[in-house]
Amino acid sequence: MSTSTSPDLDLRGHPEVSLVDLLDRLLAAGAVVAGDLTLSIADVDLVRIELRLLIGSVSALTPLAGGEPR
Amino acid sequence: MSDLLYAYALTRPTAPAPPGGTRGVGGAPVRVVRHAGLAAVVGPVPADEFGEAALRERLEDLRWLEATARAHQAVVAAVAPLGSVLPLRLATVHRDETGLRRALDAGRERFAADLERLDGCVEWGVKIYAVPAERAERPEPSAPSAFSGSAGREYLRRRRRERERQEHSGRRIAELCRHVHTELSRHARNARLHRPQDPRLAGTPDRNVLNAAYLVPRDRSRDFAARVTALDMPGDGLRLEMTGPWAPYSFVTEPTEPTGPAGPTGPTGPAGSEPGGCPA
Repeated sequence: MSTSTSPDLDLRGHPEVSLVDLLDRLLAAGAVVAGDLTLSIADVDLVRIELRLLIGSVSALTPLAGGEPR
Repeated sequence: MSDLLYAYALTRPTAPAPPGGTRGVGGAPVRVVRHAGLAAVVGPVPADEFGEAALRERLEDLRWLEATARAHQAVVAAVAPLGSVLPLRLATVHRDETGLRRALDAGRERFAADLERLDGCVEWGVKIYAVPAERAERPEPSAPSAFSGSAGREYLRRRRRERERQEHSGRRIAELCRHVHTELSRHARNARLHRPQDPRLAGTPDRNVLNAAYLVPRDRSRDFAARVTALDMPGDGLRLEMTGPWAPYSFVTEPTEPTGPAGPTGPTGPAGSEPGGCPA
Protein backbone atom coordinates (compact mmCIF):
# COMPACT_ATOMS: atom_id res chain seq x y z
CA MET A 1 0.00 0.00 0.00
CA SER A 2 1.22 3.46 -0.73
CA THR A 3 0.44 6.26 1.65
CA SER A 4 0.77 10.00 1.57
CA THR A 5 0.73 10.21 5.31
CA SER A 6 3.33 11.30 7.76
CA PRO A 7 4.47 8.67 10.23
CA ASP A 8 3.44 10.71 13.26
CA LEU A 9 -0.05 11.37 11.88
CA ASP A 10 0.11 15.11 12.35
CA LEU A 11 -1.99 17.55 10.38
CA ARG A 12 0.68 19.61 8.66
CA GLY A 13 0.47 20.09 4.95
CA HIS A 14 2.36 17.40 3.08
CA PRO A 15 4.11 18.42 -0.09
CA GLU A 16 3.28 15.08 -1.68
CA VAL A 17 -0.49 15.65 -1.49
CA SER A 18 -1.67 15.26 -5.07
CA LEU A 19 -3.64 17.99 -6.79
CA VAL A 20 -6.53 15.63 -7.67
CA ASP A 21 -6.97 14.59 -4.04
CA LEU A 22 -6.84 18.23 -3.03
CA LEU A 23 -9.43 19.30 -5.59
CA ASP A 24 -11.79 16.46 -4.59
CA ARG A 25 -11.97 18.20 -1.26
CA LEU A 26 -11.51 21.89 -2.03
CA LEU A 27 -13.88 22.08 -4.99
CA ALA A 28 -16.49 19.42 -4.21
CA ALA A 29 -16.39 19.46 -0.40
CA GLY A 30 -15.62 22.01 2.31
CA ALA A 31 -18.07 24.27 4.08
CA VAL A 32 -20.10 26.64 1.95
CA VAL A 33 -20.96 30.11 3.20
CA ALA A 34 -23.78 32.14 1.78
CA GLY A 35 -24.16 35.65 0.49
CA ASP A 36 -21.88 38.46 -0.55
CA LEU A 37 -19.34 36.17 -2.19
CA THR A 38 -17.47 37.44 -5.18
CA LEU A 39 -18.30 34.09 -6.80
CA SER A 40 -20.14 31.06 -5.53
CA ILE A 41 -18.07 28.06 -6.51
CA ALA A 42 -21.32 26.10 -6.62
CA ASP A 43 -22.23 28.11 -9.71
CA VAL A 44 -18.98 27.22 -11.40
CA ASP A 45 -18.95 24.44 -13.94
CA LEU A 46 -16.69 21.95 -12.20
CA VAL A 47 -16.77 19.52 -15.09
CA ARG A 48 -15.37 22.24 -17.31
CA ILE A 49 -12.59 22.92 -14.82
CA GLU A 50 -11.78 19.24 -14.68
CA LEU A 51 -11.67 19.06 -18.44
CA ARG A 52 -9.29 21.98 -18.57
CA LEU A 53 -7.13 20.33 -15.93
CA LEU A 54 -7.10 17.18 -17.96
CA ILE A 55 -5.97 19.02 -21.06
CA GLY A 56 -3.40 20.90 -19.01
CA SER A 57 -2.02 17.87 -17.27
CA VAL A 58 -1.99 15.73 -20.37
CA SER A 59 -0.07 18.30 -22.36
CA ALA A 60 2.22 18.85 -19.37
CA LEU A 61 2.94 15.14 -19.34
CA THR A 62 3.52 14.81 -23.06
CA PRO A 63 7.26 15.53 -23.02
CA LEU A 64 7.74 12.81 -20.41
CA ALA A 65 5.65 10.29 -22.31
CA GLY A 66 7.89 10.42 -25.41
CA GLY A 67 8.80 7.09 -27.01
CA GLU A 68 5.90 5.27 -25.40
CA PRO A 69 3.24 5.11 -28.14
CA ARG A 70 -0.24 4.58 -26.75
CA MET B 1 -7.27 47.92 -6.77
CA SER B 2 -8.29 47.18 -3.20
CA ASP B 3 -8.05 43.80 -1.55
CA LEU B 4 -10.81 41.27 -1.00
CA LEU B 5 -11.12 38.93 1.96
CA TYR B 6 -10.39 35.22 1.44
CA ALA B 7 -11.75 32.93 4.17
CA TYR B 8 -9.90 29.63 4.68
CA ALA B 9 -11.52 27.98 7.65
CA LEU B 10 -13.85 28.45 10.60
CA THR B 11 -12.91 27.54 14.14
CA ARG B 12 -14.34 28.12 17.57
CA PRO B 13 -13.70 31.64 18.88
CA THR B 14 -11.73 30.12 21.77
CA ALA B 15 -9.24 28.37 19.46
CA PRO B 16 -5.67 29.65 19.62
CA ALA B 17 -4.66 32.00 16.81
CA PRO B 18 -2.86 30.39 13.84
CA PRO B 19 0.90 30.10 14.39
CA GLY B 20 2.75 33.33 13.58
CA GLY B 21 4.05 33.30 10.04
CA THR B 22 1.08 31.33 8.68
CA ARG B 23 0.63 32.63 5.17
CA GLY B 24 -2.15 32.07 2.69
CA VAL B 25 -2.80 32.80 -0.95
CA GLY B 26 -0.13 35.01 -2.48
CA GLY B 27 1.97 34.68 0.67
CA ALA B 28 -0.30 37.08 2.55
CA PRO B 29 -0.42 36.66 6.35
CA VAL B 30 -3.65 35.37 7.85
CA ARG B 31 -5.64 36.80 10.73
CA VAL B 32 -8.75 35.87 12.68
CA VAL B 33 -12.16 37.54 12.56
CA ARG B 34 -14.34 36.58 15.53
CA HIS B 35 -18.07 36.97 15.06
CA ALA B 36 -21.33 35.17 15.82
CA GLY B 37 -19.69 32.67 18.14
CA LEU B 38 -17.27 31.67 15.40
CA ALA B 39 -13.76 32.53 14.30
CA ALA B 40 -12.90 32.87 10.63
CA VAL B 41 -9.30 32.53 9.49
CA VAL B 42 -8.93 35.05 6.69
CA GLY B 43 -6.38 36.85 4.58
CA PRO B 44 -6.31 39.55 1.92
CA VAL B 45 -6.30 38.64 -1.77
CA PRO B 46 -5.99 41.00 -4.73
CA ALA B 47 -9.30 42.06 -6.27
CA ASP B 48 -7.93 41.76 -9.80
CA GLU B 49 -7.49 38.01 -9.27
CA PHE B 50 -10.43 37.21 -7.04
CA GLY B 51 -13.23 39.39 -8.36
CA GLU B 52 -16.02 37.38 -9.96
CA ALA B 53 -15.01 37.59 -13.63
CA ALA B 54 -11.29 37.18 -12.92
CA LEU B 55 -11.89 34.28 -10.57
CA ARG B 56 -14.07 32.44 -13.06
CA GLU B 57 -11.27 32.67 -15.58
CA ARG B 58 -8.46 31.83 -13.18
CA LEU B 59 -10.17 28.68 -11.95
CA GLU B 60 -9.45 27.14 -15.31
CA ASP B 61 -5.77 27.99 -15.15
CA LEU B 62 -4.07 24.87 -13.83
CA ARG B 63 -1.04 26.63 -12.43
CA TRP B 64 -3.10 29.26 -10.63
CA LEU B 65 -5.59 26.70 -9.36
CA GLU B 66 -2.86 24.49 -7.97
CA ALA B 67 -1.05 27.37 -6.24
CA THR B 68 -4.32 28.61 -4.73
CA ALA B 69 -5.43 25.14 -3.64
CA ARG B 70 -2.08 24.43 -2.00
CA ALA B 71 -2.05 27.79 -0.22
CA HIS B 72 -5.61 27.15 0.99
CA GLN B 73 -4.69 23.69 2.23
CA ALA B 74 -1.55 24.99 3.99
CA VAL B 75 -3.61 27.42 6.08
CA VAL B 76 -6.22 24.78 6.92
CA ALA B 77 -3.46 22.34 7.91
CA ALA B 78 -1.83 24.97 10.14
CA VAL B 79 -5.10 25.65 11.94
CA ALA B 80 -6.40 22.05 12.20
CA PRO B 81 -4.14 20.87 15.04
CA LEU B 82 -5.35 23.75 17.23
CA GLY B 83 -8.90 22.50 17.68
CA SER B 84 -12.06 21.73 15.78
CA VAL B 85 -11.89 23.19 12.29
CA LEU B 86 -14.34 23.65 9.46
CA PRO B 87 -12.42 23.91 6.20
CA LEU B 88 -14.14 26.21 3.73
CA ARG B 89 -14.54 25.58 0.05
CA LEU B 90 -11.87 26.91 -2.28
CA ALA B 91 -12.18 30.58 -3.21
CA THR B 92 -14.60 31.69 -0.51
CA VAL B 93 -14.06 35.40 -1.09
CA HIS B 94 -15.99 38.28 0.43
CA ARG B 95 -15.79 41.90 -0.55
CA ASP B 96 -15.00 42.98 3.00
CA GLU B 97 -15.33 42.09 6.65
CA THR B 98 -18.96 43.23 6.74
CA GLY B 99 -19.84 40.68 4.08
CA LEU B 100 -18.01 37.95 5.94
CA ARG B 101 -19.83 38.80 9.17
CA ARG B 102 -23.17 38.62 7.38
CA ALA B 103 -22.25 35.17 6.03
CA LEU B 104 -21.28 33.98 9.50
CA ASP B 105 -24.58 35.29 10.87
CA ALA B 106 -26.50 33.45 8.18
CA GLY B 107 -24.84 30.09 8.80
CA ARG B 108 -23.99 30.32 12.49
CA GLU B 109 -26.13 27.39 13.66
CA ARG B 110 -24.95 25.04 10.94
CA PHE B 111 -21.29 26.00 11.48
CA ALA B 112 -21.46 25.70 15.28
CA ALA B 113 -23.15 22.29 15.03
CA ASP B 114 -20.49 21.08 12.58
CA LEU B 115 -17.64 22.32 14.79
CA GLU B 116 -19.19 20.38 17.65
CA ARG B 117 -19.78 17.22 15.62
CA LEU B 118 -16.39 17.17 13.92
CA ASP B 119 -14.36 18.01 17.02
CA GLY B 120 -11.48 15.59 17.50
CA CYS B 121 -12.01 13.94 14.12
CA VAL B 122 -9.85 13.81 11.02
CA GLU B 123 -10.58 12.66 7.52
CA TRP B 124 -8.69 9.82 5.85
CA GLY B 125 -8.86 9.27 2.13
CA VAL B 126 -8.80 5.70 0.86
CA LYS B 127 -8.69 4.92 -2.83
CA ILE B 128 -8.86 1.51 -4.45
CA TYR B 129 -7.28 0.94 -7.83
CA ALA B 130 -7.85 -2.03 -10.09
CA VAL B 131 -4.47 -3.08 -11.40
CA PRO B 132 -4.61 -3.86 -15.13
CA ALA B 133 -4.99 -7.61 -15.65
CA GLU B 134 -1.82 -7.94 -17.72
CA ARG B 135 0.20 -6.75 -14.74
CA ALA B 136 -1.70 -8.72 -12.13
CA GLU B 137 -1.95 -12.00 -14.02
CA ARG B 138 0.01 -13.81 -16.70
CA PRO B 139 -1.17 -12.99 -20.21
CA GLU B 140 -3.30 -15.46 -22.15
CA PRO B 141 -1.52 -17.10 -25.05
CA SER B 142 -2.18 -15.23 -28.28
CA ALA B 143 -4.34 -16.41 -31.18
CA PRO B 144 -2.87 -19.20 -33.30
CA SER B 145 -1.19 -18.06 -36.49
CA ALA B 146 -2.41 -21.02 -38.54
CA PHE B 147 -6.19 -20.68 -38.59
CA SER B 148 -7.04 -24.35 -39.08
CA GLY B 149 -10.44 -25.75 -38.02
CA SER B 150 -9.50 -27.00 -34.56
CA ALA B 151 -7.15 -24.12 -33.91
CA GLY B 152 -9.98 -21.73 -34.81
CA ARG B 153 -12.34 -23.42 -32.37
CA GLU B 154 -9.64 -23.33 -29.73
CA TYR B 155 -9.17 -19.60 -30.42
CA LEU B 156 -12.90 -18.91 -30.01
CA ARG B 157 -12.96 -20.93 -26.80
CA ARG B 158 -10.11 -18.83 -25.47
CA ARG B 159 -11.87 -15.63 -26.46
CA ARG B 160 -14.96 -16.75 -24.56
CA ARG B 161 -12.91 -17.74 -21.54
CA GLU B 162 -11.21 -14.35 -21.62
CA ARG B 163 -14.59 -12.56 -21.74
CA GLU B 164 -15.91 -14.64 -18.88
CA ARG B 165 -12.76 -13.95 -16.92
CA GLN B 166 -13.23 -10.21 -17.44
CA GLU B 167 -16.87 -10.31 -16.33
CA HIS B 168 -15.91 -12.38 -13.34
CA SER B 169 -13.11 -9.95 -12.54
CA GLY B 170 -15.52 -6.98 -12.71
CA ARG B 171 -17.89 -8.64 -10.26
CA ARG B 172 -15.02 -9.63 -8.02
CA ILE B 173 -13.63 -6.07 -7.99
CA ALA B 174 -17.05 -4.67 -7.05
CA GLU B 175 -17.37 -7.26 -4.28
CA LEU B 176 -13.92 -6.54 -2.88
CA CYS B 177 -14.62 -2.79 -2.96
CA ARG B 178 -17.86 -3.27 -1.09
CA HIS B 179 -16.07 -5.39 1.46
CA VAL B 180 -13.33 -2.80 2.02
CA HIS B 181 -15.82 0.06 2.21
CA THR B 182 -18.07 -1.79 4.66
CA GLU B 183 -15.14 -2.75 6.87
CA LEU B 184 -13.67 0.75 6.92
CA SER B 185 -17.07 2.38 7.47
CA ARG B 186 -17.46 0.22 10.55
CA HIS B 187 -14.29 1.78 11.94
CA ALA B 188 -15.29 5.33 11.05
CA ARG B 189 -17.85 7.82 12.36
CA ASN B 190 -18.93 8.58 8.85
CA ALA B 191 -18.02 7.81 5.27
CA ARG B 192 -18.42 9.59 1.99
CA LEU B 193 -17.77 8.52 -1.57
CA HIS B 194 -16.16 10.91 -4.00
CA ARG B 195 -16.29 10.37 -7.71
CA PRO B 196 -13.57 8.00 -8.90
CA GLN B 197 -10.62 9.95 -10.24
CA ASP B 198 -9.68 10.13 -13.87
CA PRO B 199 -6.54 8.00 -14.27
CA ARG B 200 -4.97 10.69 -16.45
CA LEU B 201 -5.41 13.28 -13.71
CA ALA B 202 -4.31 10.83 -11.04
CA GLY B 203 -1.25 9.97 -13.11
CA THR B 204 -1.59 6.21 -12.86
CA PRO B 205 -2.46 3.50 -15.39
CA ASP B 206 -4.58 1.79 -12.73
CA ARG B 207 -8.33 2.35 -12.71
CA ASN B 208 -9.69 4.13 -9.64
CA VAL B 209 -12.69 2.05 -8.56
CA LEU B 210 -13.29 3.54 -5.11
CA ASN B 211 -12.54 7.06 -3.92
CA ALA B 212 -13.73 7.28 -0.35
CA ALA B 213 -13.29 9.52 2.67
CA TYR B 214 -13.70 8.36 6.25
CA LEU B 215 -14.26 10.46 9.33
CA VAL B 216 -12.18 9.02 12.14
CA PRO B 217 -11.50 10.21 15.70
CA ARG B 218 -7.94 11.53 15.63
CA ASP B 219 -6.79 9.22 18.41
CA ARG B 220 -8.11 6.17 16.54
CA SER B 221 -6.17 6.99 13.39
CA ARG B 222 -3.50 4.37 13.97
CA ASP B 223 -6.08 1.63 14.29
CA PHE B 224 -7.80 2.84 11.17
CA ALA B 225 -4.53 2.90 9.21
CA ALA B 226 -3.76 -0.64 10.43
CA ARG B 227 -7.19 -1.73 9.19
CA VAL B 228 -6.49 -0.26 5.75
CA THR B 229 -3.14 -2.04 5.62
CA ALA B 230 -4.77 -5.33 6.61
CA LEU B 231 -7.37 -4.96 3.84
CA ASP B 232 -4.73 -4.37 1.18
CA MET B 233 -4.18 -7.96 0.05
CA PRO B 234 -1.30 -8.44 -2.32
CA GLY B 235 -2.17 -10.33 -5.48
CA ASP B 236 -5.92 -9.70 -5.48
CA GLY B 237 -5.71 -7.32 -8.43
CA LEU B 238 -6.50 -4.29 -6.27
CA ARG B 239 -4.26 -1.69 -4.76
CA LEU B 240 -5.20 0.52 -1.81
CA GLU B 241 -3.89 4.01 -1.30
CA MET B 242 -4.39 6.09 1.80
CA THR B 243 -4.11 9.88 2.08
CA GLY B 244 -4.36 12.17 5.04
CA PRO B 245 -5.00 13.07 7.66
CA TRP B 246 -7.15 15.80 6.15
CA ALA B 247 -9.25 18.36 7.95
CA PRO B 248 -12.83 17.01 7.64
CA TYR B 249 -13.55 18.63 4.25
CA SER B 250 -15.85 15.83 3.12
CA PHE B 251 -18.04 15.85 6.19
CA VAL B 252 -19.28 19.40 6.55
CA THR B 253 -23.02 19.91 6.30
CA GLU B 254 -24.25 21.26 2.99
CA PRO B 255 -26.46 24.33 3.36
CA THR B 256 -30.12 23.40 3.00
CA GLU B 257 -31.24 26.57 1.30
CA PRO B 258 -29.62 27.30 -2.04
CA THR B 259 -26.80 29.82 -1.84
CA GLY B 260 -27.51 31.17 -5.28
CA PRO B 261 -29.77 30.49 -8.23
CA ALA B 262 -30.34 26.75 -8.17
CA GLY B 263 -29.02 24.92 -11.19
CA PRO B 264 -31.25 22.45 -13.02
CA THR B 265 -29.20 19.45 -11.89
CA GLY B 266 -28.62 20.48 -8.28
CA PRO B 267 -25.34 19.88 -6.47
CA THR B 268 -22.79 17.63 -8.13
CA GLY B 269 -21.26 14.54 -6.63
CA PRO B 270 -22.52 14.77 -3.04
CA ALA B 271 -22.15 12.25 -0.27
CA GLY B 272 -22.66 8.70 -1.27
CA SER B 273 -25.09 9.40 -4.07
CA GLU B 274 -22.74 8.34 -6.83
CA PRO B 275 -20.69 5.35 -5.85
CA GLY B 276 -19.23 5.33 -9.33
CA GLY B 277 -17.44 2.19 -10.40
CA CYS B 278 -17.83 0.54 -7.05
CA PRO B 279 -21.35 0.22 -5.65
CA ALA B 280 -21.34 0.57 -1.90
